[in-house]
Amino acid sequence: MIDKARRKLIARLGAAILFGLGSAPALDALLGRAVRASTPKGPGNGGIRRGMVINLAKCTEGCTKCLEACHTEHNVPAFDNPKDEIKWIWKDGYHNVFPGQAHALAPQSIQGRDIPTLCNHCENPPCVRVCPTKATFKRPDGIVAMDFHRCIGCRFCMAGCPYGSRSFNWRDPRPFIKTVNKHYPTREKGVVEKCSFCASRVDRGLGPACVEACVSGALVFGNLNDPSSEIRRVMADNLTMQRKPELGTNPSVYYIFQGGDV
Amino acid sequence: MHDKKIVLPGLALFLALATLPFWAPSGNAGTPPESVVKPGTESCVEPVEVMRARHMQLLNEWRDSAVRDLNREYVSSTGKKFNISLTNTCLDCHSNKSEFCDRCHDYAGARPRCWGCHITPEDHQ
Repeated sequence: MIDKARRKLIARLGAAILFGLGSAPALDALLGRAVRASTPKGPGNGGIRRGMVINLAKCTEGCTKCLEACHTEHNVPAFDNPKDEIKWIWKDGYHNVFPGQAHALAPQSIQGRDIPTLCNHCENPPCVRVCPTKATFKRPDGIVAMDFHRCIGCRFCMAGCPYGSRSFNWRDPRPFIKTVNKHYPTREKGVVEKCSFCASRVDRGLGPACVEACVSGALVFGNLNDPSSEIRRVMADNLTMQRKPELGTNPSVYYIFQGGDV
Repeated sequence: MHDKKIVLPGLALFLALATLPFWAPSGNAGTPPESVVKPGTESCVEPVEVMRARHMQLLNEWRDSAVRDLNREYVSSTGKKFNISLTNTCLDCHSNKSEFCDRCHDYAGARPRCWGCHITPEDHQ
């Protein structure tokens, strides 16, 4: 009796193991295929992946035209307290923008200057993964966009973003908006916001406000998946750098450094 | 049942009070307010009756379409095309929020949360 029951159990276990070996991850492992934690296919990997190149060789020190254009376009408030600061596109030092790559022996002209930085619209965005309401999502064209209607202000995305590209409205932003663009909404207290790569302008066939405002042509916007696009030509001719590439987020914003005489 | 004499009349009284608003012939709904539209506008994106009954659903559809589905063009039942935008399409004709939106919302006790973010022409003045 006991033997029969044991045989049955062993047979069942064997069948279960065979069944398990037939599953996709086990087959991948057995056949030596690469096993990935998340699938690389998905939105943004199709025809379009919007990206930007920031050419620091052309970017003028002290110029804030791109910042102003962005803040006016999107009704970004200017709070007096830096703790309340709302950041879409902003400037920061070399060591803060490239913490893993920066070193003390880099050209002084680079170490001493401010570098424009913004949301990287990552190919693998941690903010999208942690958002519990899908308020932050990745559009099919690769833009990491926000649906402010859905934001519950939990700030998981702020914890998830490794670039500090997200800001929380601790106060009602309306009284702090310098120039109001009546064609674009403001935000409310308790909502997170960030750069949208000017999604609403892009949908109307325009370029981002910062790119349009840049007089020195330091900002190039385009489709990273199109080898004939301007951005890809710029990237083919210059060595470009991403922020914190070691994290595997694959930012869509690239930087060009050139020589020591930047 | 114990205390039948107290419980049953008590229940009856409770039911009578709870249903009071449905059968007591007092009060009336008042007259719905007239909404004011910018003079010279021909028609809304859909017929007035449809808009009156369904504008909130339509606005939700517009929101998802523009923000999440990347589609900013609405084709109405009559085949006319509109730019999907509360701020730039709706408020263009319904430029007076207090006289158009608020009057009716106050009457109906509705408190939509559109205006915390969406700028109205009145805010701008």
